[in-house]
Amino acid sequence: MSQDVILEARGLSKEFKGFIAVKEVNLQVRRGTIHALIGPNGAGKSTVFNLLTKFLTPTRGQIVYKGRDITAMKPADVALLGLVRSFQISAVFPHLSVLENVRVALQRPLGTSFHFWKPESSLHGLRDRAMELIEAVNLTPWANHTAAELPYGRKRALEIATTLALDPEVMLLDEPLAGMGHEDIERTAALIKRVSADRTILMVEHNLSVVAHLSDTITVLRRGEILAEGPYDVVSRNPQVMEAYMGTGEVGHA
Amino acid sequence: MAAKSQVNLSQGNPSQATIAVRQPGQDNTTRLILVGLGLAAAVAAPFVLYPVFVMKVLCFALFACAFNLLIGFAGLLSFGHAAFFGGAAYITAHAAKVWGLSPEISILLGTVFAGLLGLAFGALAIRRQGIYFAMITLALSQMVFFMALQLKFTGGEDGIQGVPRGHLFGVFDLNDPLAMYYFVLAVFLVGFALIWRTVHSPFGQVLKAIRENEPRAISLGYRTERYKLLAFVLSASLAGLAGGTKSLVFQLASLTDVTWQMSGEVVLMTLLGGMGTLFGPVVGAGIVVTLESYLAGTNLPVPVVIGAIFVVCVLVFRRGIVGELQALMARHRKS
Ligand SMILES: Nc1ncnc2c1ncn2[C@@H]1O[C@H](COP(=O)(O)OP(=O)(O)O)[C@@H](O)[C@H]1O
Ligand SMILES: [Mg+2]
Repeated sequence: MSQDVILEARGLSKEFKGFIAVKEVNLQVRRGTIHALIGPNGAGKSTVFNLLTKFLTPTRGQIVYKGRDITAMKPADVALLGLVRSFQISAVFPHLSVLENVRVALQRPLGTSFHFWKPESSLHGLRDRAMELIEAVNLTPWANHTAAELPYGRKRALEIATTLALDPEVMLLDEPLAGMGHEDIERTAALIKRVSADRTILMVEHNLSVVAHLSDTITVLRRGEILAEGPYDVVSRNPQVMEAYMGTGEVGHA
Repeated sequence: MAAKSQVNLSQGNPSQATIAVRQPGQDNTTRLILVGLGLAAAVAAPFVLYPVFVMKVLCFALFACAFNLLIGFAGLLSFGHAAFFGGAAYITAHAAKVWGLSPEISILLGTVFAGLLGLAFGALAIRRQGIYFAMITLALSQMVFFMALQLKFTGGEDGIQGVPRGHLFGVFDLNDPLAMYYFVLAVFLVGFALIWRTVHSPFGQVLKAIRENEPRAISLGYRTERYKLLAFVLSASLAGLAGGTKSLVFQLASLTDVTWQMSGEVVLMTLLGGMGTLFGPVVGAGIVVTLESYLAGTNLPVPVVIGAIFVVCVLVFRRGIVGELQALMARHRKS
């Protein structure tokens, strides 16, 4: 089984000035699955994401991606290996248009990103692909608006389109549905399902009905430690998990 | 990653994306007319105004545009740009006067020197963020100031005086004020065009992305430090181009151009005109240079008056003059 583990954390810990945000986390994400990371606010989910993508340096532990130890790598290089993240707080380029937001993710493989003497028209060939991605998240009417003009939920959709533009092997989505309206949630959940066909997804999400519906495996984090792991049916019946969720008033309802 | 086939994202119905592309036609016409008028004014200027005054404006405008490339399009506040401007002035002046090189080669040497200095500064400062970045660039530029004060070839308090303007390409005598003026205008236009191109290039796109949200740019696989370093080197080189040219205009390279006040002045020009706009720094430089030469003829304390105007402008026009005008036009177009 271990051979189809694409991303693994071994004994991953992170301390912030003595405060242990993530403690001895062992996580195995299997290739081709949708893996959800859930837990109350402050459990350390985003910190785990930051560690896995090297935006934070672990205090202890090891990260292995596709059999390769990436613990010492830089975040941009991790992204180049196909391990790409989104952010919990909407991360768009506000003063670029929606089209440009996606195009900036598409342009790197052209190898002209340092070419300051080339005209912008050299990027026009990326337009069709960019529009396809924009269409996939239902943003076509917004394509020429600046990202700053989008309502919050639409910004999240744009972020997904931008992440998808890299065609990543592993996608880490931090609360991709937060702030979306009902319709967008359904549409985005369906999109996540669709794009998961040939990639692996690790996501943090509070919407438990979506988590129940989408994920193959769920890991529950509490106070930086793994509390439970398994398919939804098993995890949701775990008394400790129920207590953890009751304790913060975030009762699961799926 | 590249080998993997791209998923078809559109669900079942490949609904063709037919969107109304915003028509930039009108914008472009207005812009072309404005640029045409500006060019005509620049060509006619030496017949109306003192050529030396307009050349000074052009040199500072290029300096401010170079600075703006960094703060306006890469989001980096350098507080040491005088080192490139003034440093190049010394190199150009020395090359023209002591080595007897032609004006174009002298300016080129000054520009290359500023670019290399920028590479050194950038390598040391680029990893720092915000105020720390500004402080390191300031500290480094102060080192350049003290070197200019101590080294022999820079002439200490006297600077390098009596720099010959020479013959451009061995043909055009730059002692003729008009020839010199059109040469400076050409240098400005080349520098400005390069900045315009950079801003509207694949590199410029990445730079803007970094300015807008650096962590996101990193997460998309961009090693942002390298992009910022290239922007820094370009900006330093162009600041050097401006400084080297200025030393031939005034036939002088002096300590004034490497002081921290000069670094401050270019910040002021850029903010006043509108950072992140292409023409803002030109307008800002024009206003500051005009004010300074006007105030020089009065008893008023120049720095205090300029400072006060700056404070008022920053409070009233947060986006700078050109920035506010653009915002006004954008609002007008919407309604
Ligand atoms: N950069 C940081 N410095 C100090 N404490 C942090 C930092 N980032 C996160 N924390 C703390 O770590 C804990 C986990 O945070 P986070 O990973 O964001 O939780 P979650 O995403 O599960 O809501 C919180 O108590 C938070 O305050
Ligand atoms: Mg979080």
